[in-house]
This record gives sequence, C-alpha cells and structure tokens, in this order.
Amino acid sequence: MTPWLQGLARLRQYPSALAGLGIIALLVAMAVYAVTAIPYSEARELWRGGEAWQDLPTNASPVWTDRLLGGNAPRTIRVATDDVVMEQERYEGVRLQRAVLPVDFPYGGFPQEINLFVESQFDERQPFVRLTWRTPDGESIPLDARRVGESERISISQDRQLESRLGFTPQVGLFTDAEPGADDPQVRQGTYELVIEAIQFEETATLDANLVVYGQVHGLFGTDHKRRDLTVALLWGTPVALAFGLLAAVGTTLTTLIIAATGVWFGGWVDAVIQRLTEINIILPLLPILVMVGTLYSTSIWLMLGVVVVLGIFSAGIKMYRSMLLPIREAPYIEAARAYGAGNARIILRYLVPRILPVLIPTFVTLIPTYVFLEASLAVLGLGDPVLPTWGKILNDAQAQSALYHGFYYWVLAPAALLMLTGLGFAMLGFALDRIFNPRLRNV
Amino acid sequence: MTTPQPSASASRAARGEPVLCVEGLQTHFDLRQWGFVRVGSVRAVDGVDFTLDAGETVAVVGESGCGKSSLARTLLALHRPTDGAIRFDGTPLNGLSGSALKAYRGRVGYVQQDPYGALPPFMDIQRILAEPLIIHGVRGRAERARRIDAALEEVGLTPAADTRGKFPHQLSGGQQQRVVIARALLLRPAMIIADEPVSMLDASVRVEILELLRRVQREHHLALLYITHDLSTVRHYVDRAMVMYGGRIVEQAPVAELLARPGHPYTEALLSALGDPDADNAHRQREVPGGEPPSLIQPPSGCRFHPRCRHAMPGKCELEPPPPDFRPRPDHRIACWLHE
Ligand SMILES: Nc1ncnc2c1ncn2[C@@H]1O[C@H](COP(=O)(O)OP(=O)(O)OP(=O)(O)O)[C@@H](O)[C@H]1O
Ligand SMILES: [Mg+2]
Repeated sequence: MTPWLQGLARLRQYPSALAGLGIIALLVAMAVYAVTAIPYSEARELWRGGEAWQDLPTNASPVWTDRLLGGNAPRTIRVATDDVVMEQERYEGVRLQRAVLPVDFPYGGFPQEINLFVESQFDERQPFVRLTWRTPDGESIPLDARRVGESERISISQDRQLESRLGFTPQVGLFTDAEPGADDPQVRQGTYELVIEAIQFEETATLDANLVVYGQVHGLFGTDHKRRDLTVALLWGTPVALAFGLLAAVGTTLTTLIIAATGVWFGGWVDAVIQRLTEINIILPLLPILVMVGTLYSTSIWLMLGVVVVLGIFSAGIKMYRSMLLPIREAPYIEAARAYGAGNARIILRYLVPRILPVLIPTFVTLIPTYVFLEASLAVLGLGDPVLPTWGKILNDAQAQSALYHGFYYWVLAPAALLMLTGLGFAMLGFALDRIFNPRLRNV
Repeated sequence: MTTPQPSASASRAARGEPVLCVEGLQTHFDLRQWGFVRVGSVRAVDGVDFTLDAGETVAVVGESGCGKSSLARTLLALHRPTDGAIRFDGTPLNGLSGSALKAYRGRVGYVQQDPYGALPPFMDIQRILAEPLIIHGVRGRAERARRIDAALEEVGLTPAADTRGKFPHQLSGGQQQRVVIARALLLRPAMIIADEPVSMLDASVRVEILELLRRVQREHHLALLYITHDLSTVRHYVDRAMVMYGGRIVEQAPVAELLARPGHPYTEALLSALGDPDADNAHRQREVPGGEPPSLIQPPSGCRFHPRCRHAMPGKCELEPPPPDFRPRPDHRIACWLHE
C-alpha cells in the first residue's frame, strides 16, 4: 500500500473529515444531477429567462419556509382547457365553444397575479372570447370580452376596469366576499370557476386556454424577479463552483509547485528571477485586476479562471514550496538520480515535486473553496459570467433587487448556505488531511 | 543512445589499458560572499593522479573532510573539475554533455553512504529500480521487470517478489543498501564508485555488504573504487589502497604492501591508530596523533602533512610539496621527501 493510500485510510479516524467528505459527496451528487438533468446549453437558455418561466410567480418564497412558519400562502394553480371538456354547439353558422376551468383555492392568502394564456388557430377571423368568473356561492362576475389573436396573454389581474368594479385589485376582489373597498379583505376558500365562452367563425379554428393563478410561494427554493426558479441556478451553480474551484486550485498549485521546483533545482539567476517575479506578484492585488479585466474585456468565467491561474502561478506559495524543496534538493537520492543520468526535467517532475505533494494536499483542498468564494465575490460585484447560472449571480440579482429590504431572505440565504457548505466541507476535510500529511501537526 | 560496448573495453583491458585514468585532478569549491564575491576556495581535490584497471578494487582511505567524497563526485561528473583530466575507457570526460554524458553515467554505478537517503522515499523498490532503466531507454515493462528481478536476486534479496512492492522505509538498512547496489548494477556498469558504503550500517551487516560488493565486482569484472575512512575494512576486500590527505593522494600501493610497509608517515599514523587488528579495540576510531586535519581553504605550505609529521625535515617539508611518485618499489608510490 502506498503512503498515499495509507494516509487516506487514516481519514476514517477523523469524524470531521468524514462529515466534510459527506458534504463534498452531496455537492458532487448535486453537480452530477445538475449536468445530467439540465444540459449545459439548456441551463444557459433557461437562465436567460423569458417564456419558459411565464407560469411562475415573481419573487415567490419557498413553499416549505411558509409552511414551517405556519403560513398557508397560495401555490400556483394552473388549469387548461385541455384538462376539461369543451362543449360545442352550432348556432347560425358559427360555433359556440364553452369550457369551465375549476380553480380549487384552499389557501389563506390572495394570489399574486392571474393570467389567461390563450392560443388559437384560425385563417382570417379571430375568435371572440367572453370570460366569466364564478365564486363558490354561484355569483357570476363578468370579466373581459374580446377578440383574441394567435397567442395572447389576458392579464386578468391588470384589468383596471375590473378593479374599479370590484373595489379591489382583481386578484383580491375575485377571491373575497368582503364589501368592496373593505380594509382587510379575507380570502374565501372554495372552488371557483372561470367560464370561457368563445365564438368561432371558422370551421377549423381552435382555441386553447391556460389559466394561471399565481401563488405567493413556489417550490423548494422560490423564484426571482424574472420568475426564474432558483433551483436551476442553485443546482447549476454547484458544478460551476466545483469546476472553477478545482481547476483554479489545480492550476495554481501545480504550476506554482513546478515553477518553485524549477527555481530550486537550477538555482542561480533562474531562481532569482522567479523570486523577484513572485515578490512583484505578491503585492499585485488580485481582485482589482480581475475587476479591471472583467470591466474592460469580458466576464466569461473561463477567462476569469485563466486570469486567476496566471496570477496565482507566482503566488506566495512559491516561497513556501521553495523552503520545503531546498533541503530536498540536497538529498542523496537526487544526487543518485543525477549519477544514473536523470535529466533536469525528470528530477524536477519525478524527484522534487512528488516529495512534497502529500504535504500540499491539505493546502490544495482548502484552496478549492477560496476560489469558489472568489468566483462568487466577482459575481456579486457584477462581474459574474453573463450567461452561466452561478450562486454568485443569484446573490448579485438579489442585491440588485434589494432582496433583503423586501424581505426575500430565501433569495440570499440559499446561495449563501451552499457557499458556506462548500467552504465547510472542504475545510473539514482539509484540516483532517493536514493532520495526516503534515506530521508536525499530528497529535501524538 | 550509446550502449555499453563490452568488447571494446574488454580489448582495451586486455591491452592493459586502465578503465579509469585520472591526471592532475583538482576540484575547488568557490567560497562566495553575498552570493557573488569570491573570497577564496575549498581545495577539496587538489592534484590527484591514479589509474583503475578493469576488474580491480581500489580503496581510497583518509580521514573525514580530506576530499574523498568530492573526488567520488567529480569522477561521477557531479562536480566539474577545476583542472586535470579524467579518462574513462580512453575517452576524456571533460566537456562531455548530453547523451554522451548520460551514456557515461550509465557505465558508472554509484553506491552512497546513507542507503535510506539514497532511495526516494515515495517510490517503491520496483519503481526505484525501473528509473535508471527508463532513463537509459530500456523499453518494455517485461524486459525491465526481468532485469529488476535479476538484479534483486543477484544482491541477495530473494525472492525478488518480496521486495519489489515495498517502500524503502519498510526495509532494513542492510536491505536498503542491497537495493542501492542492485540499482548500481542494473545498467551493467564497467565501474562502481562506493562512497563509504557501510559506514552508516550496523556492524553486523557491514561484512555482508562488503562481501556482496566484492562478489559482484568479481562476477562482473568491475573496477571498484571503495572509499572509506576505516582502514580496518580494507585488508580483505581490496587489491590496492590509496591514502588521501588534504585533497591529495599521499601513498598508493597493493594493500598487503601498504599495510606491511607503509611509506608515508601519515599512513603509519593511520595504521598505528588502527592497532592490532585482532584486538577488541580494533574498530575503535583513534585520531591520528597530533594536530588538526589540514585546512583545505588555506592548506599548509609544502607537504600538507608537515605540521603533524614526526619526521618533518625543517627547511624542506614546509617549503616544497613532495611529488607523488617516489617509488620504493615499482607499484608503490609515495609523496614524501623521506623517500627521495
Ligand atoms: N559542494 C560543496 N561546496 C563547497 N564545499 C564543499 C562541497 N562539497 C564538499 N565541500 C568541502 O570540501 C571538503 C571535503 O569534503 P568531502 O565531503 O569531499 O570530504 P570527505 O573526505 O568525503 O569527508 P567525510 O569522511 O566526512 O565524508 C570539506 O571541507 C567540505 O566542506
Ligand atoms: Mg564523504
């Protein structure tokens, strides 16, 4: 068994490491699920927003937080004409279509919005549609009556005329039996009905309607101001964060290590140049440079990754690796390797670097979340990738929409929790690995 | 890739030409201040001449710090000589580089003092032994495995399967040194340089390792340069011995001759410090009587041993360094004015 495997086997003695591994496994599972369930291109497309999300409420909090706090906020109700029987009769050369869409409303709050999406196919004459709302008491409230085009959204809750008739905004007035204009209207629970009556002037014309009564809560993680389900970004943020953290950590650690080893091995001016470059680079601030690149050039996450790695190459780590490698350079086995003909590259890559690799594993593991946070910070500063959904982008949106001021805590808490979970998982594993691979820290 | 050419070297050996020929060799290390100002130099090897024949075992004996390891490293082309010439198999070593240097290194085995340090701790034995083969272009896993097993069995690590998968720290010091010897033999060298190969081992395994070196040296007809500070290990294992003092070789002779009739006062002193080889205190290191080892930065004038020499002749020894080839007998060379 190699020392590496032995070290890893010792992880079992550290419960915190196992917990960390568990968290990382969870994140990896999320990442795998995300990329398999929602392909990359689809995720980018979804996150652009638009029609895909038209059935979802804006800024809806997660269902479970509302229920946990004893609330009974409405969920979104969708009823389509496809789900019910469409009656038809002919009358003086036209067809009359009639559908009744039931809306079962057992909630304690009013809906956020009410929209009816109508699609129809016809050659020349648009169908004429008349809508009627029926309360559980059997009371009928006439809504709109109009011609509809091929694809149309009838915003019932935006109907100003209806609002003045009801004395409330429609989404309130249609779901209460309070007197018009009352101060504190209460929801009347029960089954409501939307009656759709259409007059078709053409024999082959069709009509499909889809009623959406938007709730106040949605899903596991709620939605944002563009009606996008945060689940998508939270899920897809995982592979992006892990990939960014891992690639940046691997990229910087390995290149730094190899450059440090090169300097140590050749010594002389090579070492001097590397040392000076490192010293200059250490005082260069990473974040402002990234902000500059992001503002002036592009905020693509892969460009940022490249800049992070390039600036990370001559990082302070070089000094540390150098001090670890200097004594190894003099080791008899290196002299032996030279004596049997090993070249410079081989000595650097096969004799110097592997010697300190185990010591670097903990640093490497704890470095991963640092880069995840860096990516999130960039996104919060508005320098996130323009198309990819990431945790930082959610936070950025939340901040731009003053989420906390409006009480949309879920919008900030979920991505923040995932970020902290990532940090925690890698840190717990890293600290345990540090004890295993860094003998000076091992308690006897 | 240049492969060793046993036929050429064999014929050269048959003509009586030495494998290794060293003339006027000097290796000085610069002492620098602030990294660039040269303030002097350590004359670790300061004018060494000798030859090494094929199949010959020669000891280099001398006290600590006299430049033995520096000599070994210079011969291995690990240090660039300051002056002088090294010829291996008739080819001068100066200015060798690239593949020629690599080929030379393939023909010289190196056994170091500290067997544990000489083995990379993060590789298993299989890997450690594969390295020289890979470097020297031995292709094919099976071929390498075959040669590794053969080498392990040759040095007495049988069955090879028991050792192959282990890491250096899982072996005893003696076993580690056997692996080091196996590695030195893997490329079928013409010469082995063993720098104090047993001084860090338990007394109990020293003899085994020396016997092993002697055996492989004979079987492969190797030239073996055996470096030691311990004259007591020399008698049974070498053909010839050279005594080194202050970066120079002060006396060389066949070992029986040297032990029976030491010509240089320093050799005499070493031998008397050794005492009776059969006595209990034979292995106790007693210092050469009188004085400090010479400074290699500012070596004594004239003969470097004169400040400690009982027979020093004032007006002669401290003025002029003795030439290294007073020959009381044809194969006995002494650098001492007493033999003028
Ligand atoms: N790379 C080097 N740079 C500078 N000085 C060196 C170097 N290598 C050896 N020396 C010096 O050269 C002198 C001879 O060292 P060397 O190791 O050759 O002696 P040695 O005979 O092998 O001693 P020991 O028996 O202790 O191994 C010592 O003073 C040592 O400090
Ligand atoms: Mg030495």
